[in-house]
Amino acid sequence: MTLELRNITKRVEAETHIANVSLTLARGSLNVLLGATLAGKTTLLRLMAGLDVPTEGKVLVNGQDVTGVPVQKRSVAMVYQQFINFPNFTVYENIASPLRVAGVASADLDRRVREAAGLMRLDRFLDRYPLELSGGQQQRTALARAIVKRADLLLLDEPLANLDYKLREELREELPKLFAEIGAITVYATAEPSDALLLGGNTATLSEGRVTQFGKTVDVYRRPNDKATADVFSDPPMNFIAARISGGVAHLPGGTILPARGPLAGLPDGEITLGFRANHLYLRAPGPDAVPVAATVAIVEITGSESFVHVMHEGSRWVALAHGIHELNPGAPVELYLDPNRIFVFGRDGRLMAAPAIAAAA
Amino acid sequence: MARIDLADIAHAYGPRPQSEADYALKRIDLTFKQGGAYALLGPSGCGKTTMLNLISGLLVPTEGSVLFDGVDVTEQTSEQRNIAQVFQFPVVYDTMTVYENLAFPLRNRRVEGAVLDSRVRQIADMLGLTRSLQQKARRLTADAKQKISLGRGLVRSDVSAMLFDEPLTVIDPQLKWQLRSQLKTLHRQVGNTMIYVTHDQTEALTFADTVIVMYDGRVVQVGTPEELFERPNHTFVGYFIGSPGMNVLPAMVEGRTATVAGHPIWLPRSYERPSGARIELGVRPEFVRIATEGKGLPVRVSRVDDVGRFKIARVRLADHALNVMVGEDVRLSGETAGIEFDHAHLHIYADGELVEGRA
Repeated sequence: MTLELRNITKRVEAETHIANVSLTLARGSLNVLLGATLAGKTTLLRLMAGLDVPTEGKVLVNGQDVTGVPVQKRSVAMVYQQFINFPNFTVYENIASPLRVAGVASADLDRRVREAAGLMRLDRFLDRYPLELSGGQQQRTALARAIVKRADLLLLDEPLANLDYKLREELREELPKLFAEIGAITVYATAEPSDALLLGGNTATLSEGRVTQFGKTVDVYRRPNDKATADVFSDPPMNFIAARISGGVAHLPGGTILPARGPLAGLPDGEITLGFRANHLYLRAPGPDAVPVAATVAIVEITGSESFVHVMHEGSRWVALAHGIHELNPGAPVELYLDPNRIFVFGRDGRLMAAPAIAAAA
Repeated sequence: MARIDLADIAHAYGPRPQSEADYALKRIDLTFKQGGAYALLGPSGCGKTTMLNLISGLLVPTEGSVLFDGVDVTEQTSEQRNIAQVFQFPVVYDTMTVYENLAFPLRNRRVEGAVLDSRVRQIADMLGLTRSLQQKARRLTADAKQKISLGRGLVRSDVSAMLFDEPLTVIDPQLKWQLRSQLKTLHRQVGNTMIYVTHDQTEALTFADTVIVMYDGRVVQVGTPEELFERPNHTFVGYFIGSPGMNVLPAMVEGRTATVAGHPIWLPRSYERPSGARIELGVRPEFVRIATEGKGLPVRVSRVDDVGRFKIARVRLADHALNVMVGEDVRLSGETAGIEFDHAHLHIYADGELVEGRA
């Protein structure tokens, strides 16, 4: 099936929660909804499911208008951040419950429960009760119950947010394979850019109720079409600085001049904003085009293999991610390097004007 | 501010523990230096929250004692121990303003007037709450409420220690960066003993000077972030720290050579035949490279995941799966490749434990 949202708006009293969203999701696709808290992720999922009705716009399934058709009459499964299982049912019965409700014959039911359990690596736990399981196993039980229905639309609302970091890492690696096997349209809401990147598929970035961009995940990451998208899709946050193009070069506050290389080449004169991710703000010159910038250390965070160096530059706060251990004292001056080949250029209106070349090739 | 000693403590939740399995926290002897920034890191069920609760006084240990600056406080309450605590989910008074919420711990300790006001405003400024000081907490988002919780934990500087139990779990990634660096700045300014419980390695490593890695009720390694990364003393630490974790490959080891799937690999240190049922070579994905064509150990490339600032190549050396970190600009084409190791970073493990070896 295909799912189409056509000019969907959702207002609650005077507040607009979703603003004019249009999206088409293809059969078998994995789609990430990426956005901060209150960006509208859960609202959008509920509108897709039919749990809520849009104030304006249409929801179409295979081209048929299903706006206003309740969730019970649609082929939808949903998994929430807080995993929900029946505590007095075994894992087997938890997974079987939607099939029992639907009156599926017992031989078929048994086969499907075991298949779903197998996909979620729960084979060994079928006789256990949810509270005898780890958090990860409980959430996989909830996921198995969602997939056993073989719904056409599988909606996941931050399903890994309550799990341990390491478990999340493992499930993020496994889930895309599982989703591919199921063949439904999967929509996965998260606030974490790393979730989106590890899951792959497509990503729709959400900011203040608007979908700012929708495309292949890596493409959106490498070529965010505006500042809002770049912001949502950078962790640590993208560094920004206002600049002015004149005489073919970029003038930064503090007197720094960047040559017209890479994305900066051929820009018309005027005010722009430059953006660069933490791994493209360097402690050592990365190449002959790099330009030094004077800054002041705010704080350094060390991960054991890398250092996040937080600095202030002309009133802007930046984060540089450098390999190795760099112990720098707060307040100390530090020289950083910008590589004009690695810079995003945004216009006054926040729209992307130029992106690093790697983006074009990717 | 206090130095905290856990002297031979152990804790079981049930009465009359018999075997080791009955203990949620196995025998531990540990010191937290005055003014240190510590993280307790491990998966759920490892005992980290139990340890925090023993320090705060929410729990009394089954065995052993808790000392603050050498004084036995085992039977004292959190209040008597003068502990400030921040929990995973917001603890705020919905009907009070943000200001009154922040002022509450100070008023409780009879801090009033200008001292109270300046302290509240300082913390509010640090957490970006200044503009909402006069709002009722009820109307705020979960994020903002957790900031208030954090502020309530930080507002008193005269505490013996500040304890944090997964304080940033409900916070958005963007804000996490801001709050984490502010917490670190505050630690540098006031020099309180801070202990931070988390399952998130990034939070633990970036916050703490010393990280205590826990697994199954035990402390498996205590070290600086660098030590845990460079020299994990257990394969569990190698797996748990780092993303993806350390590659662990079954190996035969003799002298300066490890043999993995029939391929000899040169080691930086020399080993007598290590004793143990399970001998393994450990190497982090950061220290494996894709070799120039025709060189290195032959691997099959199963998949390459582009995760933005780098790529993870999932490869197989004979039957063994490995992760290799490659640069964002590197293009891997083809089903086979060669890999090379950064030899200085190879470690040998026997039954999970690091074997020292000789230089």
